[in-house]
Amino acid sequence: MKCKEASAVLIIRVGDAFCRSCFKEYFVHKFRAMLGKNRVVFPGEKVLLAYSGGPSSNAMVQQVQEGLSRDAPKKLRFIPGILFIDEGAVCNQSWEDRERTMSEIENILKATSFPFHILSLEQLFTLPQTMLQMNLAEIPKRDGSYKQAVGSFLGQQKAQAEDGVSDAADRLTQIHIADNSSVECSQSAAFSRPAAEHTAALRDMFNSAKTLTAKQELLHLLRNHLILHVARTHGYSKVMSGESCTRLAVRLLSNISLGRGAFLPLDTGFSDNRYGDVVIVRPMRDYSLKEISFYNRLFNVPSVFIPALDTKASGNSSIQHLSESFITKLQADFPSTVSTVYRTSEKLHVSRTDTTQPKNQQDKCLLCMCTLDTHTGPASAFFATQKSQQLSEKKSLKNVPSAKDSEKQCCNGGQCCKESASCTNSVTGTQDIVHLLCYSCRVTIKDLNSMDKLPSYILKEAEHRTRRMEMRKEIEEFLLDDHSEDI
Amino acid sequence: MPINCSSCETQRAVLRRPKTGHSVCKECFFRAFEEEIHHTIVSAQLFQPGEKVGIGASGGKDSTVLAHVLKVLNERYNYGLELILVSVDEGISGYRDDSLETVKRNQQQYELPLKIVSYQELYGWTMDQIVKQVGLKNNCTFCGVFRRQALDRGAMMLGVNKICTGHNADDIAETVLMNFLRGDIARLRRCTAITTGSEGAIPRCKPLKYAYEKEIVLYAYFKKLDYFSTECIYSPNAYRGHARAFLKDLEALRPSAIMDIIHSGENLSVKEDVKMPVQGTCTRCGYISSQGLCKACVLLEGLNRGLPKLGIGKHHKLHHKLLAQEPLSEAETRKLKSIDF
Ligand SMILES: [Zn+2]
Ligand SMILES: [Zn+2]
Ligand SMILES: [Zn+2]
Ligand SMILES: [Zn+2]
Ligand SMILES: [Zn+2]
Repeated sequence: MKCKEASAVLIIRVGDAFCRSCFKEYFVHKFRAMLGKNRVVFPGEKVLLAYSGGPSSNAMVQQVQEGLSRDAPKKLRFIPGILFIDEGAVCNQSWEDRERTMSEIENILKATSFPFHILSLEQLFTLPQTMLQMNLAEIPKRDGSYKQAVGSFLGQQKAQAEDGVSDAADRLTQIHIADNSSVECSQSAAFSRPAAEHTAALRDMFNSAKTLTAKQELLHLLRNHLILHVARTHGYSKVMSGESCTRLAVRLLSNISLGRGAFLPLDTGFSDNRYGDVVIVRPMRDYSLKEISFYNRLFNVPSVFIPALDTKASGNSSIQHLSESFITKLQADFPSTVSTVYRTSEKLHVSRTDTTQPKNQQDKCLLCMCTLDTHTGPASAFFATQKSQQLSEKKSLKNVPSAKDSEKQCCNGGQCCKESASCTNSVTGTQDIVHLLCYSCRVTIKDLNSMDKLPSYILKEAEHRTRRMEMRKEIEEFLLDDHSEDI
Repeated sequence: MPINCSSCETQRAVLRRPKTGHSVCKECFFRAFEEEIHHTIVSAQLFQPGEKVGIGASGGKDSTVLAHVLKVLNERYNYGLELILVSVDEGISGYRDDSLETVKRNQQQYELPLKIVSYQELYGWTMDQIVKQVGLKNNCTFCGVFRRQALDRGAMMLGVNKICTGHNADDIAETVLMNFLRGDIARLRRCTAITTGSEGAIPRCKPLKYAYEKEIVLYAYFKKLDYFSTECIYSPNAYRGHARAFLKDLEALRPSAIMDIIHSGENLSVKEDVKMPVQGTCTRCGYISSQGLCKACVLLEGLNRGLPKLGIGKHHKLHHKLLAQEPLSEAETRKLKSIDF
């Protein structure tokens, strides 16, 4: 028992009993400590809270509110906004059901008084091709320390106070108002229904995935694209994502199984800078799901149940789902499982190869946007797999070294690549996308029946990158060093 | 309706490759399976011409197939290796008889020399004698540690340059998962390496690293290779059991998962400031060890002093006493003597 006064309401670990107010203090402190320790969220910075409606993201929103409130002794100083993405179409929900969920979400978000965005996953079909390009030039330069940033923020605030703008709270309101005029983000009770053709296209795309594993992975990748897009277009330079350590332990195991070993630190670490200009942070990663549900129950934090892709699926229907039931079962037998896995991940970091490799080996995966992990030597699982493929395939295909999947439609017409490898108008061929992907995204894409179902911003960018690579190959001998442009 | 082989397109396919899903004929499967192992050997530069290579032979499917394939490839591609089968006899009555018989038959079929090293010869104790002293509950610690070293010690006696073991892709993937779940970062980093061991110890390599267990069985089945199933007769460690079950479920969902996990393991990058145990060598036997005394020597010391618990818990503090051949205090002795069954 922490204090000797009140009576205990819960026990987190053996010997750790809390009364209500001590638990609140513990919980609130943990959030600030996480942000304070990592010092990546700067004062005055616009931060987008990626909100799913679940317990963990509700607790996160609540912590941000708590931290921004005036009486908080160690006040947080960033400027939040909230994003909810409705994925109902993927789960075959009716528009009425989706609308109901969204208005439930809207009521919760309205109560926060933060600006918020509610949009449907169908928006993917309106994203621009530039979406997947790295805008390194636009990455705000943060020279100087966190301390300096805090100092200059406070100075600015003081100046504003003198100008009659009292404090950040007022600026928040301003942003709130400004955001109301935003076109694509729904703020009114009637949610604009996505175009029927987009809903159909989205369903088509997910139906073309042969496995639930690939569907879940695809959803995760595409949802991230949409979050990134909203962050960029609204000037948010940070995104807060609310995964608990329980969730992250599951993701770690699942991602190892999906071949994402090289990216574990990005996929699960506190901060994830793969996009360059927008950084993802995960401030809830020190909380267990158990702590979060206790907190939410004790302090009436709302939560919305939203059916997911795997809601009705059985325990071993996908790799992600299997990982979840496995961790849950193991945690029951060995209560330290989650924390052990989580601590293991803390000891990993992103491969250092990035800067020492030639430029073309620093290319980013078209889908997950991590630095490609396919430049392994011949003594690797990646090459061994290709070797196995080659050795089991038709002899007639063996002479064309990289024509693995070209039996599927590679050009619009579908025929010309069969004979020659010099087809130039191959737009949506598996091959053209595959070589732009990391190991794991290749495995995911292999489970899709058809590439053409992917949103056009992906297909167009694939085409663009392929063209740039061909150009680079053509002029290679004239380039003086490895300093080619980003593709 | 018979399907044609996806590789030669002329023969009838007789099996579907667990690794790739292709339907292939027997000959094409043999060729692909062998060529893949050849590719592994060449790309990882496992051997140098003229080397004497010991093959850890247990009579089980992995080592039987390994011995067979190495023999074939050594001739087909002129590796120039001197191959020798090395078997360990733990001295468990009844348990090894059949498997050692299998190894002896393999020796004749493959015309490879065979050396059987016994625990009695290596440690002065048979496994049966050890079980009598420590009880069934703890003997797996002994059998794991002793077995790992037995091969090295045997190989050293034979003047071998390298040892090959039959670890397959499933074993490696399982080990990645297990080390990850246990948080063993040092092992996690090492476990996907195709060759392990440096100064002091004889390098070990795993030519079957990318071969699926199911394909190894298929190969043995169609080649009519003779093998004996030698699972450890004692219960495996709990985490490994869980990891194995999980891997089987994964493979059922997505056959490439085994390779995908190995790829993950090969590309994990450990932070530099994470403390790694320094690899030294055992002052008594010269085997690689992070402590002054290796685990086997500590276990042996315990057996010889009649204190079987010595090697089971963590008793690093006592190592200097053991090294100096000093007697232990009464309290220390009391703690180590009792063994719960
Ligand atoms: Zn209290
Ligand atoms: Zn990727
Ligand atoms: Zn064939
Ligand atoms: Zn055992
Ligand atoms: Zn030793």
